Amino acid sequence: MTALTTRLPSRFLPVLATVVLFVITFGVGSVRYDGFASGQVIANLFIDNAFLIVLAAGMTFVILSGGIDLSVGSVVALSTMVTAAGLRAGWPVPLVIIAVLLIGSTLGLLMGLVIHKFDIQPFIVTLAGMFLARGLCFLISVESVSIKDTTFRDVATAVIELPGGVTITYNVVIALVVVLAALFVLHRTRFGRTVYAVGGNEQSAMLMGLKTGRTKVGVYVISGFCSALAGLLFSLYMLSGYGLHAVGMELDAIAAVVIGGTLLAGGLGYVLGSLAGVLVLGTIQTLISFQGTLSSWWTKIVIGALLLVFIAVQRGMIRDRR
Amino acid sequence: MKNRLLWPIVALVALLLLNLIFTPSFFALRIQDGHLYGGLVDVLKNGAPTLLIAIGMTLVIATRGIDLSVGAVAAIAAAVTCVHIGTSPDFGTALAGMAIALVLCAVLGLWNGFLVAGLGIQPIIATLVLMTAGRGIAMLVTEGQIITVNNNAYRQVGAGFVVLPVSILISLAVLGLVAFTTRKTALGMLIESVGVNPEASRLAGVKSKTIIWTVYVFAAVCAGIAGLMISSNVSAADANSNGLWIEMDAILAVVIGGTSLAGGRYSLAGTLLGSLIIQTLTTTVYTIGVAAEVTLVFKAVVVITVCLIQSPKARAALSFRKVAVAS
Repeated sequence: MTALTTRLPSRFLPVLATVVLFVITFGVGSVRYDGFASGQVIANLFIDNAFLIVLAAGMTFVILSGGIDLSVGSVVALSTMVTAAGLRAGWPVPLVIIAVLLIGSTLGLLMGLVIHKFDIQPFIVTLAGMFLARGLCFLISVESVSIKDTTFRDVATAVIELPGGVTITYNVVIALVVVLAALFVLHRTRFGRTVYAVGGNEQSAMLMGLKTGRTKVGVYVISGFCSALAGLLFSLYMLSGYGLHAVGMELDAIAAVVIGGTLLAGGLGYVLGSLAGVLVLGTIQTLISFQGTLSSWWTKIVIGALLLVFIAVQRGMIRDRR
Repeated sequence: MKNRLLWPIVALVALLLLNLIFTPSFFALRIQDGHLYGGLVDVLKNGAPTLLIAIGMTLVIATRGIDLSVGAVAAIAAAVTCVHIGTSPDFGTALAGMAIALVLCAVLGLWNGFLVAGLGIQPIIATLVLMTAGRGIAMLVTEGQIITVNNNAYRQVGAGFVVLPVSILISLAVLGLVAFTTRKTALGMLIESVGVNPEASRLAGVKSKTIIWTVYVFAAVCAGIAGLMISSNVSAADANSNGLWIEMDAILAVVIGGTSLAGGRYSLAGTLLGSLIIQTLTTTVYTIGVAAEVTLVFKAVVVITVCLIQSPKARAALSFRKVAVAS
């Protein structure tokens, strides 16, 4: 009994801390600025960060398995480029979507295979993937390509009205569906449990007869797919394809996952934590824009400081467990 | 040792041959105003900052660490120096500015060392903090502006010549110094022992933590000097773009040079080769006339190829096939 009561809080502590942090930052904003605590500001948090939510969900899988994926930002850029160039060439929208998702998943598959089959560090392999994807963008076009397709623009500008006059875009719906799907896969399937097992201790997982290889490759495929999907959402958001889109977004995604309480060594963490992490990052940006006098670089400094605090908390937790 | 450096050398020679075919004038050297000019000199000059950072990174990686913050540190060094110099053309002001910047970099290195050795945080995450916040700090220093300076003394660091470019002379001097102090004393072996097993090294009487602190401080100071080179070359500090992604190039240079990211052994000669390969690749793409941005594709291909060749598993697969063919 005591074991249960002491274990549960410590497992959920980082996620709880993130949620509390979100409530505090949002609370500070509501007290200080008129109109901050409105439904639409919350809705905008989701609208402006839909792609990041999807990226962070994919990244959570990779980090849970003990790996890292630096290529996600570049794959987002490549996806916007393929979308824009495909639509400009007159491809039908469904074909573009399928092509983008296939490219993203294939890149993820290739990286996963190299990592697993040849035992090269994920850091280096996904770094190469990052260079490759960004280079491919510029092979398609060095200039920014705007999206003029009417179907695409209609979806991008369409809004869904929620009770209370709050509006969201379809991006938000897709992002939330991805989070739900990720929750399901991680907690209700054999694959999901193997991800946790591999991140906890790969050797033990293998000795238990779990399919570690398939799982390790699988997380990169998921991350690649999520990056491509995030790229589609990003093209809907920006309505253009450009090789310099989403520069450094991999760091935002990693930061969101870490702030969301996922242990970087793998094996411990939750998708909902990553969602909360994205919302915290988004709230900080909103706060700084409401403040008006603070310059944008404060965002980076605050995110760095938050990362530090959360890493220190994680460190303390690991010591406690031992 | 020879075996480990073989493939990087082959890659470098192949790249240089490619240049010889596409642009025969690439190897032409001429002396003008007592300076050496030519394609090869350009490679050395532009590769100097990467080489310098890669030297620091080699030692960090040898202790099984990694430093992602070097690009941001370079930007901070450039920003602090240029803001300090302002409109002054004085030699003294430039010197003072650079000294302040490098001391600050050492402090930032101490911070990284504190997170890694003091708190025991994974290096990749510990340095991610400064990588994210550092660029913000650099922008804070420059207030988001591009600071241009007109100071001849400062210009020498990145754009000056003493027959060869000053920047590459600095990098090579640091390389020589590091090679001497780590290979002619026990320091290199101690660094490697920390990389193999910090706890066992500590029990064997090695001051593991002190060594880890030292390599991070050294890496940060190298990054600072590299930042000075980059900004001095164009007489301006841009907090956004100075040293952007240079940490990735430096890590690539180290890995291509045969130093394992798992720590425990390193090769300074390999790092030199790695840096040259990366810079030659960039220059080659420029001279062949492909869009500069496409360099990234070539970089990805080279990295994967070199890593695959060095990977024991891939080698095993390859030699297995050879045996099969032979039998």
